[in-house]
Formats: sequence, structure tokens, C-alpha cells
Amino acid sequence: MKLSIIIDNFGAASSVNQVAQHNNQKAQRKAAMAVLAHAEAGEIAARLRDLALDLPLPEHQDLRQPENGLVMLRGRVGGDGAPFNLGEATVSRAAVRLASGEVGFGYTLGRDGEKARLIALCDALVQSGDFSAAVERGVIAPLREQLMIRRERAAAETAATKVDFYTMVRGEG
Amino acid sequence: MYVAVKGGERAIDNAHRLLAHKRRGDRSVPEVTLDQISEQLGLAVDRVMSEGSLYDRELAALAIKQARGDLIEAIFLVRAFRATLPRFGASEPVDTGAMRVERRVSSTFKDIPGGQILGPTFDYTHRLLDPALAEGFVPDAPATAEAPTAPTPRVTDILGRDGLIESSPQAEDGAGIGDLTREPLNFPAERDLRLQNLARGDEGFLLAMGYSTQRGYGRNHPFAGEIRFGEVEVEFFAEDAGFAVPLGAIELTECQMVNQFKGSATEAPCFTRGYGLAFGQSERKTMSMALVDRALRARELGEEALAPAQDEEVGMSHSDNVQATGFVEHLKLPHYVDFQSELGLLRKLRQEFADANAPDAMKEAAE
Repeated sequence: MKLSIIIDNFGAASSVNQVAQHNNQKAQRKAAMAVLAHAEAGEIAARLRDLALDLPLPEHQDLRQPENGLVMLRGRVGGDGAPFNLGEATVSRAAVRLASGEVGFGYTLGRDGEKARLIALCDALVQSGDFSAAVERGVIAPLREQLMIRRERAAAETAATKVDFYTMVRGEG
Repeated sequence: MYVAVKGGERAIDNAHRLLAHKRRGDRSVPEVTLDQISEQLGLAVDRVMSEGSLYDRELAALAIKQARGDLIEAIFLVRAFRATLPRFGASEPVDTGAMRVERRVSSTFKDIPGGQILGPTFDYTHRLLDPALAEGFVPDAPATAEAPTAPTPRVTDILGRDGLIESSPQAEDGAGIGDLTREPLNFPAERDLRLQNLARGDEGFLLAMGYSTQRGYGRNHPFAGEIRFGEVEVEFFAEDAGFAVPLGAIELTECQMVNQFKGSATEAPCFTRGYGLAFGQSERKTMSMALVDRALRARELGEEALAPAQDEEVGMSHSDNVQATGFVEHLKLPHYVDFQSELGLLRKLRQEFADANAPDAMKEAAE
């Protein structure tokens, strides 16, 4: 009986739940970062300011000051084969800790340390039970919508350049 | 005797001051901004990022401005800058199959899933100078159409399903990924190092090498299986966070060259491949890269390797325009002492020649 472990063993059951919750939260943090990395620092800051009007943000401090560095970008031979080093990119990173203990990490292409710090703060807030829903509603969701609008516009402009082939029919007789 | 020569500091300072003045040009003309370079000279920025081997539009634009538009000088500046930053690590390999395609063409199949998408291209323009662009030109807004939701698979993946084309070589377990920014280049070099070298190689050099294969010096019968350009997402495994964090997106161009087939007693014949990948919209670069990548596989594919494009040492040792320009341009730096010793030797040889050929040489020898 596969289920018996969970039903009979409370300890195992709760650890399975914890793992599921952990994975869930990781996916949520990653989804938030995927939006934030595409936003400008000013946009994130403005959304956070608006959010703070309704719900004062918790005390927080820099766990790692924003720092600029390089990441070697990798491609794959033929697009799907063995990896190779393509060239580097500038990356900024930071880490922020909330007074309540949650630690958030911020990584972004480019050299905007303030943006990395804001992403780290948002990442910490996403992990905080009290702020997770609010930061999703007030910061991530609107930025995601803007990003989607930009992408849809670009996709529509691209689509207009798609070639429609037609066959020339030779006249009969 | 070695004689240290000092001097010229004032001349050098003033020369750089004059350079700054010339770079600015006529001061009644507005100064060009980094945004203007990045937005309106975007393909120059792409080239500097590719060959400078550093993805950062703003830095590349600054380098172009500082170098007065000399792209090799700009590439040099970018390479020097990258040496000032620590490296956090390496990204997860990007997935070009998941690219948000802005251009995608195939010269091998008309009806590919996802279609032929021209995007912003110079192809089919008439290459006539346009006087309207000289000043105050406001282009029409781009046309739009309903965007397809179907994916745009790589053409080579479609051919691969039927086994008509060789599959990409996969990484061997435990095999490291070569990095020529960390270890000196040794020959023979594996494909990972070759591709890294070509990706940062000079576009003009690769173009000439690729062209030479087409003209018969290491012919490999290429078709442009697919060229695609667009945005791909980048992820980086962050030790502190404990998972692969999204970093944002970069623009890439990818070229899949489909080349002459080979087979053997044990393997059914199939097309071979060459691969090109570069930052930004760099179509000529990636096509040339793919031709040269394929040519450099001669040894692996058991082909006779007699042409320059098939020779790793010729190709990889001379593709880097920063190295090349350093060695060529160092010739203009003071070589006074070297030259004095050559001059001294030459004078001595000439004296000996004159002595040996003088009419009274025989008489002197007798005495």
C-alpha cells in the first residue's frame, strides 16, 4: 500500500507536505523573479511605494550590498547538444533580510544594483506569509501584465512579417 | 647597453586632449547620447557585444562613443572592462528552441511549422540610399497581425526526427566545458572551445573564411537550414538562493547550416551540420560562424583538410581581432633600440661588402 506511509506515519506525512510547500514557494518566487527581471528599477520602486501606502512594509536590511559581476552565458552545440561558453553578461545581485527573518535574493542582467536590491526585497516579501499576497497583487501582477502587453505587441508586429506563399497557376491553353 | 628613454608625457597628455576634442567634433552639433547609439545604431552595438564577448548594451554603446565609432577599438575597450569584474558563475545553457522569435527563415523548407518570418531585415531592400532618412524621418508604425500560438520548432529538430540529419553531440558525463578566457588555447581543440572562439571572432575574418569554403577551399555544400533571431530567457543557478534564478532575457541570433551528407558501411547517410550563435541580431556573423564551424569538423568527419578554413590553428589563432590588432598595431610603438641594433648590423655588413668589392681589395688582402 503506497499511501500507508503517509496515513500511518504522521511525521512522514508532514515532511511530504513541507517538501510540497517548499517546491510551491520556490515556483512562486521564480515566477516573481521572471517578471521583476524584465521591469525597470523605477517601476518596481513605484509599485512598492504604492503598496506601502496601504500596508507598511516590514523593516529590512541589506544582507548583501548590491554587487556587479559577470555571468558566463552558455549555449548548446546545434541548439540542443553539449553546452559551450558563448560570452559573458553583466549581472547585478543583492540580498535583503526582513526583520521577521525571511531572506530574499535579487539577480538581474545589467549593472543596476538598486534593481537587484528591489528584486531581493520583493523575493523576501513573497516568502513572508503577511505580505506574499499583497506583493503579488500590488507589484508582480501589474508588472506581469505590462510585460505581457509588450510581448503581445512585439509578437503581433512580428506576425505581420510572416510570408504567405501562394502558387502561381499556369494558364491552360 | 640598455638605455631607458623617458619623455613624451606632455605630448601624450596633449594628444589625448586633442583626441577628446576631435571625438566631440563640431561643438555646435548636438552630442550623441548612449541611448541614441543603442537605439539607432543597434547593430553596431550587437557586434561590439558579440566580439567584445560581453552582453551589456549600455557599455557597448559607451565603448562605441569613446572609440569614435571604431568598432574594433570599442571591442577592445569592452574586453578590458570585463577583466575588472568578478565572475559569479555560468548560466544554465539557453534554450534557443523556446526563443520569442522576431525573425526566422529557412532556405531548405518553404512550409516549416511556424512559418517563414522575415522580421526587421535588410533582405529584399534595393540598397539605394534613401535621402528621406537624412533628416527628420518619421517611419510608419509597424503593421500588426494576429500572432500564432503554435510553437516554432528548430528546423534541424524536424529533420532530426526522420534521422535525415546527424543529431547534436551530447556532453559526455563529467566532461568539463572549455573556457578560453581561463585556459590558454591548445590544439587540437574540442568543439566547445572552437564555438566559443568563433562566437567572439571577428566578423570580417569569419566572413572571409566562410566565403573561402563556398569558393572551393574546403567545400562543404551548405544550406541555411534555419536562421532565427529573438529573445531567450537566461537562468543562473544561484548558490545562495538554492535554485536557478531568472536573470532576464537576451537577444540572440542562431544559424543552423545543413551540409553535405556522409555515411559509412555502418551508418546510414545523413546531412551534417554547422552551428552559429551570437549576441544580438548578427546574421552575417552567425552564418559565417556556422560555415567555419562545419569546415573545422573536417578532421572529425574524415575529410581531407587542406584549406585554411579547415585548419584549427589558422582559424582559431587569427579570429580574435583584439589579439590581431594588438600585434599588428604594436609595430607603431617605439622600437628604437631594436632598430638601432639592426641598423648597426646592416652598416657593418655593408662595410664588409664594400671592402670585399673595392678595386684594391686584392692588394690589401696581399698586404
